[in-house]
Amino acid sequence: MGAVFALVTVLAFVIVVYVGVGIAGLRGLFGIVIPYAAFLVFLIGMVYRMIEWAKIPVPFRIVTTCGQQKSFRWVKRSRLESPYNNFEVVLRMILEVFAFRSLFRNLKAEIKGPNLIYGSYKWLWLGAIAFHYAFFTILLRHFRFFSYPVPEPIQILDQIDSFFHIGLPHLYMTDVVILAALTFLFLRRLADPKLRYISLASDYLPLFMIYGLVISGILMRHFFKVDVTQVKEFTMGLVHFNPKAPQVGVIFYIHIFFLSALMAYFPFSKLVHMLGVFFSPTRNLANNSRAVRHQPAPWWKKPKFKTYCEWQEEFKEQLIESGQPIDEDCYEKK
Amino acid sequence: MAKLPKPDELIKSIDWTPPEKDWMDDIPPEIKPGRYCYPAKKNIVEEIGFPNPRDWSPLDEDWKLPSNFREIIIEGMKDRLSKYRSFKVFMDICVRCGACADKCHYFLGSGDPKNMPVLRAELLRSIYKGELTWQGKLFGKLAGARKLNEDVIKEWFYYYYQCSECRRCSVFCPYGIDTCEVTMMGRELLHLVGCNINWILEPVRNCFKIGNHIGIPPHTIKEIIEYLLWDIEEVTGVKMEVPFNKKGAEILFVTPSGDYFAEPGIYTMMGYIILFNYLGLDWTMSTYASEGGNFGLFTSHEAMAKINAKIYHEAERLKVRFIIGGECGHMWRVKHQYMDTATGPAPKNLEVPRSPITGTVFEHAKSTKMIHVCEFTADLIAHGKLELDPSRNDKYVVTFHDSCNPSRGMGFFEEPRYILKHVCNNFYDMPENTIREKTFCCGSGSGLNTDEFMEMRMRGGFPRANAVQYVRDKHGVNMLACICAIDRAALPTLMNYWAPEVGVCGVHELVANALVLPHEKTGERPRTLDMRQQPLKPEEEENA
Repeated sequence: MGAVFALVTVLAFVIVVYVGVGIAGLRGLFGIVIPYAAFLVFLIGMVYRMIEWAKIPVPFRIVTTCGQQKSFRWVKRSRLESPYNNFEVVLRMILEVFAFRSLFRNLKAEIKGPNLIYGSYKWLWLGAIAFHYAFFTILLRHFRFFSYPVPEPIQILDQIDSFFHIGLPHLYMTDVVILAALTFLFLRRLADPKLRYISLASDYLPLFMIYGLVISGILMRHFFKVDVTQVKEFTMGLVHFNPKAPQVGVIFYIHIFFLSALMAYFPFSKLVHMLGVFFSPTRNLANNSRAVRHQPAPWWKKPKFKTYCEWQEEFKEQLIESGQPIDEDCYEKK
Repeated sequence: MAKLPKPDELIKSIDWTPPEKDWMDDIPPEIKPGRYCYPAKKNIVEEIGFPNPRDWSPLDEDWKLPSNFREIIIEGMKDRLSKYRSFKVFMDICVRCGACADKCHYFLGSGDPKNMPVLRAELLRSIYKGELTWQGKLFGKLAGARKLNEDVIKEWFYYYYQCSECRRCSVFCPYGIDTCEVTMMGRELLHLVGCNINWILEPVRNCFKIGNHIGIPPHTIKEIIEYLLWDIEEVTGVKMEVPFNKKGAEILFVTPSGDYFAEPGIYTMMGYIILFNYLGLDWTMSTYASEGGNFGLFTSHEAMAKINAKIYHEAERLKVRFIIGGECGHMWRVKHQYMDTATGPAPKNLEVPRSPITGTVFEHAKSTKMIHVCEFTADLIAHGKLELDPSRNDKYVVTFHDSCNPSRGMGFFEEPRYILKHVCNNFYDMPENTIREKTFCCGSGSGLNTDEFMEMRMRGGFPRANAVQYVRDKHGVNMLACICAIDRAALPTLMNYWAPEVGVCGVHELVANALVLPHEKTGERPRTLDMRQQPLKPEEEENA
């Protein structure tokens, strides 16, 4: 159900652009107004989300420790899985954000006869890391449209990505990788009954939007061959706040529309995990809560409880009978 | 009480394939006997001062919720979203990648899809979205949002008391989303409308009023311990002592009250007593702060703090120098991650813990001033301060169950293993995916170790027990050591069901077995009995 809805939504996007640009000729709206608006929504939305989270206190130091704590010198501790100071926390976060450490731990449980066994299952990690790095590289590559002269690192990246010189223009490896990864991430949601059960329309939608973005990009480069000079003029115009909508095929506008939709969608959907991971208290704190006091939240109040003296009054007889000392200090103050 | 299926029937009944029906429409849940805990008694709820005390049963059609329960829950949710970053972030960022799905022991053992951590969180997340976010209000089900109603409350109650807050899922989550936090919030919200369980709230009431979970009054604690002292004399020939409420002692010792009275916890308790007497420590126990455990943690942050606060209060009154805590799982989550923040800073009379025997300064506890008894003992062994005869534990082939909380809330893996390897000759770890940070819950954690919950306990304990079976069959393991009082209470039942012939003990029981007392060294009175008053070397008896 969710997948169908997402597919229909994405097809509707295509139709909207086709009608809007191809028939009604609203190039200014789809080329300039919507992209600017979407970018603004993205920026403001992301900042808003960060401020929203940052304003909420972290009342307790609830680190999830995945390795040995620091105790004795003769016990080898795990700096990366149980960081003791902020430097080690940074290392742990780097590993989490850049290498998807926790996902790398993934196991797959199976019941075989009377036994439960756990096999290593790195496919999800591989799919996820392939997708994210391909996306990131593609994003970087696109800076060639937004810079003049194009910085050398971007040029080099472009050359590496098209290293195999397949076709003309050269096929980017990342385009192939991201399509494969997207397909994997999509199919696993359908193939595994557990995942199908938990997947929502809002899980399929971003996948399909990115599909749309990638496919429209590939079509534009290899099949419909949009005039790159005009596109570059337009994108540089965007950068200099002086854009002129280019007279190029609808496919370009479809590409831009998918990007806009994704940007606007980003801050208000599960895609904020990109920022959220940095705010996760089980990962971004040091496991040193016995050595350094974690300051309580402003709203935290020390609890009221039955004091010793109150308790002693209640159990005085039993204490005396069983020969346990009575604390005379309880009476001194009165 | 529900009839428990036989182990092989139970395994056959496990099916991880979810139903075709959409999970949101699948409410109210079918509340199955053996899978839910009895509600808190009216007088208990009243005495604690929680809302909506009443007589009710989860099997009733009408749960007698307050008429404005929707507003109460939604306000409670808003309040907690503004207080706990964890809650808000975890509600916002899950991508439902499913990495956690088959990491939960309750899911592995029951196949109930709402026990997948992702879905357990989604039960709350869907209400958060549907009631509090514009995306959810606008797109409803498409965004995974729904509205709160009485059936949702029933679903929450059923599934937030089918989570043992073990945090195994949070190890595997790419964003560290911690279902324990979600369950804690779920339970806190349920308290607001009077849906809670007796097995947790009665101990909490007892702790508030009397000082420990079971509600043992001070004179009885002393009596019970005196019985243990007689047992110790029987085993060792030495009359030992346990000081109570002694002002000016160097060390306050706090341990879960489960160790006072129930097998096999009492043998661990005897272990502590023998060790401390052997060392001649200047220590004391308290009959006021007589509970190390903390069922408040399974109730609310406030209840947890209220129970824990007594420990610092008592440490201040008795003017001790530092605190040693006994073997207990959730207790150590509180002591390590909550105590200082919630009820600290530590009173001024406390000093950075320093072992009076070895001189080791426990720098990593310099703020809380509280160390784990296994840290204390491991340090003694490392300094050669204990005369140990590991062959006294030769009848045992031992494995170690990492308790959830010390593992994933503390990183406590090597210290207990170090001790075990010095006090017994036969030690084998279970398979690596079932120990340390990946350890499995006993199936009864977070206050669910009650008899009416037995089927779910056996199902949830299946992954743990299955790993024990593996080392039992491979290495002949017959003793499961652990450092958790709930484990000591729950694992014997679990082993009985899944892995008969495997016993359960605390680490310090084995320490005391191996500890060579001065008069034993001289051959005056050689040790023949273990803590359980069974022969140390059964085969020799038979031969003789």
